[in-house]
Amino acid sequence: MPAVQETVEQVRLIDVDQYKYGFVTDIESEKAPIGLSEDTVRYISANKNEPAWMLEWRLDAYRRWLTMREPTWARVDYPKIDYQNAYYFSQPKKKLASLDEVDPQILETYKKLGIPLQEQEMLAGVVRPEGERRVAVDAVFDSVSVATTFKAELKRAGVIFMPMSEAIREHPDLVRKYLGSVVPVTDNYFATLNSAVFSDGSFVYVPPGVRCPMELSTYFRINEANTGQFERTLIIADKGAYVSYLEGCTAPMRDENQLHAAVVELVTHDDAEIKYSTVQNWYPGDADGKGGIFNFVTKRGDCRGKNSKISWTQVETGSAITWKYPSCILRGDNSRGEFYSIAISNGRQQVDSGTKMIHLGKNTTSRIISKGISAGKSNNTYRGLVTAHRKATNARNFTNCDSLLIGNQCGAHTVPYIEAKNSSAVFEHEASTSKISEDMLFYCRQRGMSAEEATALVVNGFVKDVLQQLPMEFAVEAQKLISISLEGSVG
Amino acid sequence: MPLLEIKNLHVEVEDKKILNGLTLTVEKGQVAAIMGPNGSGKSTLAYVLAGKDNYNVTEGEILLNGESILGMAPDERAAKGVFLAFQYPVEVPGVATMTFLRTALNAQRKTRGEPEFSTPDFMKLVRDTSAKLGVSQEMLRRAVNVGFSGGEKKRNEILQMAILQPKLAVLDETDSGLDIDALKTVSEGVNRLRSPERSMIVITHYQRLLDYIVPDVVHVMAKGRVVKTGGKELALELEANGYAQYTDEAA
Repeated sequence: MPAVQETVEQVRLIDVDQYKYGFVTDIESEKAPIGLSEDTVRYISANKNEPAWMLEWRLDAYRRWLTMREPTWARVDYPKIDYQNAYYFSQPKKKLASLDEVDPQILETYKKLGIPLQEQEMLAGVVRPEGERRVAVDAVFDSVSVATTFKAELKRAGVIFMPMSEAIREHPDLVRKYLGSVVPVTDNYFATLNSAVFSDGSFVYVPPGVRCPMELSTYFRINEANTGQFERTLIIADKGAYVSYLEGCTAPMRDENQLHAAVVELVTHDDAEIKYSTVQNWYPGDADGKGGIFNFVTKRGDCRGKNSKISWTQVETGSAITWKYPSCILRGDNSRGEFYSIAISNGRQQVDSGTKMIHLGKNTTSRIISKGISAGKSNNTYRGLVTAHRKATNARNFTNCDSLLIGNQCGAHTVPYIEAKNSSAVFEHEASTSKISEDMLFYCRQRGMSAEEATALVVNGFVKDVLQQLPMEFAVEAQKLISISLEGSVG
Repeated sequence: MPLLEIKNLHVEVEDKKILNGLTLTVEKGQVAAIMGPNGSGKSTLAYVLAGKDNYNVTEGEILLNGESILGMAPDERAAKGVFLAFQYPVEVPGVATMTFLRTALNAQRKTRGEPEFSTPDFMKLVRDTSAKLGVSQEMLRRAVNVGFSGGEKKRNEILQMAILQPKLAVLDETDSGLDIDALKTVSEGVNRLRSPERSMIVITHYQRLLDYIVPDVVHVMAKGRVVKTGGKELALELEANGYAQYTDEAA
């Protein structure tokens, strides 16, 4: 309830300029030469002092990518991407040895974004109220990770949380074992591109029986112009382990489009659980559809062990184009996959997002709750696949897809694919499309709410089931974000 | 000065003329009943007072405390003290009644430049008010009007009125869809809100409601204007003789 009030408050405070993360940090950076070739791949790998096997892996991906074609099946429309006219790697010029050496400008940037990086400050600072939750943060600025907090404390618990580039050097066995095991190098055009040129991202390993003592979080920021961001995240929860992970993303406002093609792989062993939440707020472009991030992301979790669980929660409000289907492979018997999504499009944004629940093991269950909200002249598509393998006895799925339209120039589309090869599978699908009715708005306004307050209230009611899945502090964030995204959608 | 003055009001909805030179005055603290046959423009009057879109005022004036409200948005009018108890209260899925009440109350207070209610103060206010109206705590947790019975919906309207403390309450056919017990409960709630500072317009088809909410004055509407005004005995006369004489007179 107070969160709704905050939402309302937030809406009132917004300037004309809705996207408050649109600033650019002026910092000297070092970039790979423009364009993409084997040399670019070698440059990236060399820059990170990668072992030979990693370079080979990348080159293999690059060669495969050359033979592949960009997918066209999604309901999105965008100008042809010139892959040779972009930078694939950018890093702040100064090399860093510790957190203390992080460029104050970058720290300032993260401060503006509301991300606390100063571990010292957080630890030694004011007396903290009992039970206050702490969040370990890995911050990725353009192509490199600039700081990871709470490393020492996590290490005591046995949890590995570090930039991917470090993990490749320090834990090569783990990385080699799992990298590409969920999203194979050849999976799809964008994933293959990512495999060739991925720059950084987070690596998490939670050992058997360990419950990660805090929320883990990564913050991605694209700063450089004309630069693609290709992060790679790998999270492994060993037997009986648990971890909750959150990623957030922002970028400056620029007229040209920028490419973001990430790959996220999750692996859970027996009785393990991973909860992965995303608050995606890349720059969406201006009201006429100029600029904005192209977000082509492959996210997949593999419930490899029995009784394991993977849960995706996403709040998608940014990006000009979103192409994203966080999925679960339910391999272990009794494993469970969940997908909770709020996708909001406004202006000229185009969203094609959903999930895949692939039931392979016995007694596997999955649940999909998707809430799409379209406003302005945007298009919002839910695309989902639920499938049961021949051996997936007693597979269960429940899907609920609701779309809400604001105004009369936007579109909502639902494309569910359902496939059961085992006769004992039970799949349920519910879908609805509704419009914020004039009557509903009038009712709220008659009670004293402004048009914006009324819309925020109705939308928050619509997405309630999903917001409840987010960790508490992020739910409040997400609620604010929703209101900001819808600013100007009623008039 | 009267609380509400409507002068020669002409209103069109989708190019169809509904109100036709309506003139009506409501004094401060007065409870005025408006009766009339179907299609006489009673509900249109309610919506025009609240400022609903697509109700075009082509001529005339509405003054609240001497100030014209015609140019004001619905939420501005609400903050000035205009409250409409809907004939068909609207469902707002996923929004708890408690949240809705609080958002509405604080929005109004902010518009008026008053401090917002703190959470404990607000909870106390709602608890006390709902107890008096026989509204359960469970109902406050449910989404606004979703799955409410007819009686619950109307009681929820009265609860909102009691929380928002309007200066002018317009009750649009609050008796429709209520059985006799619910009608009594709702009427008791309304009567408890009668005060020298608050005026009410009670719109109804039937005299029955006026047995419970006894009006100070009764206006009869036909063909978009007030055709007769009298005391509460006028309602009884209408009950006995019907509306035919007025529809003929107005024609």
